[in-house]
Amino acid sequence: MAQTYTRPDFRLTPTPEGDDVAFWTGGEDDRLMVHRCRSCEQYFHPPAPACFRCRSRDVASEPVSGRGRVATFTVNRQPWLPTLPPPYVIVLVELEEQPDVRIFSQLVDVDPAEVRIGDEVEVFFEHWAPEGGTEVWLPLFRPVPPSVDAATVPGEEA
Amino acid sequence: MRRVAMVGAGMTEFKEHFDLGIKELVPMAVSEMAASVDKGLDRSDIEAAWFGELTTSDGFPAGILADSCGLLDIPVTRVENACATGNDAVRNAMYAVASGIVDVALVVGADKVRESSSRSTFWEWAALTRDVAWDYPLGLVAPANFALHAARYLHESGATREHMAMVAVKNHRHALTNPKAQLRFEITVEQVLRAPTVVEPFGLYDCTPQSDGAAAVLLVSEEVADRYTDRPVWVRGVGLGLDRVMHQHKQDMTSFPPTVKAARAAYAMAGIGPADIDVAEVHDCFSAVELISYEDLGFCDRFGAAALVESGATTFEGSRPVNLSGGLKAKGHPPGATGVSQNVELFEQLRGDAHNQLDTPTYALAHNIGGPTAVSAVTILSTEKD
Repeated sequence: MAQTYTRPDFRLTPTPEGDDVAFWTGGEDDRLMVHRCRSCEQYFHPPAPACFRCRSRDVASEPVSGRGRVATFTVNRQPWLPTLPPPYVIVLVELEEQPDVRIFSQLVDVDPAEVRIGDEVEVFFEHWAPEGGTEVWLPLFRPVPPSVDAATVPGEEA
Repeated sequence: MRRVAMVGAGMTEFKEHFDLGIKELVPMAVSEMAASVDKGLDRSDIEAAWFGELTTSDGFPAGILADSCGLLDIPVTRVENACATGNDAVRNAMYAVASGIVDVALVVGADKVRESSSRSTFWEWAALTRDVAWDYPLGLVAPANFALHAARYLHESGATREHMAMVAVKNHRHALTNPKAQLRFEITVEQVLRAPTVVEPFGLYDCTPQSDGAAAVLLVSEEVADRYTDRPVWVRGVGLGLDRVMHQHKQDMTSFPPTVKAARAAYAMAGIGPADIDVAEVHDCFSAVELISYEDLGFCDRFGAAALVESGATTFEGSRPVNLSGGLKAKGHPPGATGVSQNVELFEQLRGDAHNQLDTPTYALAHNIGGPTAVSAVTILSTEKD
């Protein structure tokens, strides 16, 4: 059964700078921004000033679908970060556009016991405006809701 | 290239040394190493030193080593290469001796993880292990790095948490006879499976403890080896391998390519293959990492680790024992010291002086992986010079 995600009271937030600004702020326009090389046309992450594959400097962030699959995950059961009460699901999402590009995040709105490698997930954004810091839109993921058709296939678990 | 002999090895206990700093642990390990040199060691013979230390807590490392050991007239270089630091320090010293520049080289490794409280260790130390700006906002804490690999490994290989537990049980049992080991008690598979979860799929007993300690070995050239001993151990191969730091572009989450690369280099230098290894110390910071490493080191086929551990082949009684010291899991893991201490264990094993002594092993392998999984170092030792 899905567990409804509650936004924590506080998060440590990154300070966007240089090439990573688009990734941390794209959520303002509800877009997941991932760096892509215009020379070899491959996506890569995290963003950097040069493509690690072909070394081209002709790189920039582009919006992607925000959909992907669980490449792997773990459930943290210990209260290491006071701002993140356990249990929570740490997920590595492989992007629909290019599965070898993986976004590291949290998977929410899900019972940790129900998560499986290969599950379909989609991005959403959590806005933070820390005092004295920079506004960011953290990309988090949640399961893609099963479609009505899928839910009614005989023999499938609803 | 000259052949390189290991002629002395020693270490402190691995434990929570709340009463000792690195500047105390280092000379303790060096003195024990010196005492192990059969024909004695005059400290003025030492021409250069390499000091593996991941993080410093008593001052800048090279000076601490020179000062605390009375080695003020030789060059000392600090090596830091994540959890592969220890075997990388051995590699650097081996190159210096093999090159002909240095005849007698000291290798020391030390760290004090318990310098910080366990609550803050994950902040102060873990910050070293990855790209904090990218991870922390989203909750990736230290053991989770390896847990992501382990979860995918279990998913693809068919191995289970029971197989992981067998690794922990085995290594605890091996540590029983090791006077230097931190956790000298037996555990059962049932206890491992019932222990509190840290990060899935790791329970408490799947994880290494936090440890303080130091270890030292002495490497000398073939020309001078007989001044020190009539039974040297030969450093036959060294290797270092790298991969991407973070998980974003790792092609295969079920293998650690740095280990494959480091092992390939070390086997090639030694002129042997994995089938020749009689005994190994493998980096078992988490139980599943030992399973994955069996495959990366060539001890079994891909996804064959579960069957290998199940067969008992890697126990003391088995055909190729792994982690007779207790491994990181039970002996302990002060990162800079860990790789050097693996060499101490294997030096004693190859000379017939070990606590879990095998019947005349010939080839031994030491392995580290870390950073979190970006770097691996492998050392191959042998009783055979060629």
